[in-house]
Amino acid sequence: MISVKDLTKRYAHTTAVDQISFEVSKGQIVGFLGPNGAGKTTTMRMLTCFLPPSAGTAQVAGFDVLDQPIEVKKRIGYLPETPPIYPEMETAEYLKFVGKLKGLSGAKLQKRVDYVTERCAIADVKKKLLGKLSKGYRQRVGLAQAIIHNPDVLILDEPTSGLDPKQINETRELIKDLAGEHTIILSTHILPEVEQTCQQVIIINKGKLVATDSVKNLQARARGAESVVLEIAGRSGPVDSPIVQHKLEQVPGVGRVIVKQQTDGRAVFEVESQKGKFVRGDLARAVVECGWDLNELRPSAMSLEEIFLQLTGAEASTPSKAEPELQEVQQ
Amino acid sequence: MRNAWIICRKELGSYFVSPIAYILLLMFGLIFGFFFWNALAYFVVAGMEMQMRGQSFPMNLNEQIIRPLLSNVAVIGLFFIPMITMRLFAEEKRTGTIELLATSPVRDLEIILGKWMAAVILYGCMLLFTALNFAFLFAFGHPDWKPLAIGYLGLLLQAGGLLAIGTFISSLTKNQIVAGAATFGIELMLWISGWVSGYENATWARVLSYMSVITHFESFGRGVIDSKDAIYYLTLIFLGLFFTARSLESLRWRS
Repeated sequence: MISVKDLTKRYAHTTAVDQISFEVSKGQIVGFLGPNGAGKTTTMRMLTCFLPPSAGTAQVAGFDVLDQPIEVKKRIGYLPETPPIYPEMETAEYLKFVGKLKGLSGAKLQKRVDYVTERCAIADVKKKLLGKLSKGYRQRVGLAQAIIHNPDVLILDEPTSGLDPKQINETRELIKDLAGEHTIILSTHILPEVEQTCQQVIIINKGKLVATDSVKNLQARARGAESVVLEIAGRSGPVDSPIVQHKLEQVPGVGRVIVKQQTDGRAVFEVESQKGKFVRGDLARAVVECGWDLNELRPSAMSLEEIFLQLTGAEASTPSKAEPELQEVQQ
Repeated sequence: MRNAWIICRKELGSYFVSPIAYILLLMFGLIFGFFFWNALAYFVVAGMEMQMRGQSFPMNLNEQIIRPLLSNVAVIGLFFIPMITMRLFAEEKRTGTIELLATSPVRDLEIILGKWMAAVILYGCMLLFTALNFAFLFAFGHPDWKPLAIGYLGLLLQAGGLLAIGTFISSLTKNQIVAGAATFGIELMLWISGWVSGYENATWARVLSYMSVITHFESFGRGVIDSKDAIYYLTLIFLGLFFTARSLESLRWRS
């Protein structure tokens, strides 16, 4: 459905997007992941024909963004980072305007307006001025305008940014819901979002493609090693963290133990297991057997986050570290 | 063309839902009303003096009221046109809605034409106010309607050109004030550049004088369609819209 080859965008002094290539097949939800300023928005703008590429090609539904922009535009729905709404318009009036711009008219237009207002749960603000809507409603109106002409491809730029947790969940559900009918590319810098909504991930950093893989593979990779946070307190008097650290290191399967903090008798440790080992049970047993209190034991931040940091952060310069199942791109 | 009309309707909606249109119409109506009342008062006083002296100097509504008033409208328009056009693109660029227009299956030219047409229609509404005043002349006198109609045509052509320039300048910036001020400055220069012809007859002065939007209105004000002047205004419209198109295009290559 989307085919991008060596897509590049150069400005006078910088290269915002540097030879990115990827394919997205029909009906997929793809997460476009990267830190702020990685080139996500620029790439999306090139796919939506808002910006012309400096080099390379991008095809949407078989049409080239440079040669047949009108055909491409007919087949995409786009939600920019800030929903493109006119504050002086009413919701229904706005959706009608966008529908007409996308080539709908008459009964069909009315049908689609009714459908998207229901689908995006904005029926109760149909007669309200867009300028008076809350951020969550604006985002949903933005989503409604993107799907009004039932496009093959949906391009959503940070669809959940600035929403509260409840709205974020609703928006994610809505996006997942839409996946059946549309091919979706959504950009985000929030990892759990990708895990929850997407089937495939494209990670970019500083304009370069770092990795493309399915979420399943990434998660499998993430589960390869466990990372656990423990909070331990001494039963009689404060715990001596070097002793505890030493003890924890002796638990079979443990790779690395880091003392995170130590305050009034309690100490927090982060334990990384060796690859493929699950150590939580053994850790708990070891702590209790030594006569300490185990105040807390929880898996630390998802390792997908670490993979992400590894790929986009300092270690991105040493791609050899990455796992073989991750399709590496030469840098 | 359907798309241009959709955009035009949306722009008109924006003008008339917000206070913009009403404030412009009100201020323009008040200012023109004052001019009209002034011109009429002079006319009446002059007419009474003529009668008292027993002279029968020919009094002509067209020559003494309509023509000078139309010239006044041409100049007042210079002050109002920047306020009509300054938001056209600057606002869309600032709020990001330009991304919606630019990623819809609509051609740049259709966007530009739609916006420009909306501006011309709003200006036309302002002219309707002047027509209300002139209607009194027809109720109580017998002015010739043809020069008036041609005068209006001239005003519309002139405004079309100036609005096209304003549209172009609005497409250059995200800031409405910058767009408005720049448009006003350029339009003012296009007015006063005609003044050099008063004391200088060299080629440069004639060029400057030819560039003046007000000089070209004189023939229309007299009720004459001079092709030279009509072509001048049409050129202005074409150039303004053409440069807007180029500006939108370059926006994409630069931004």
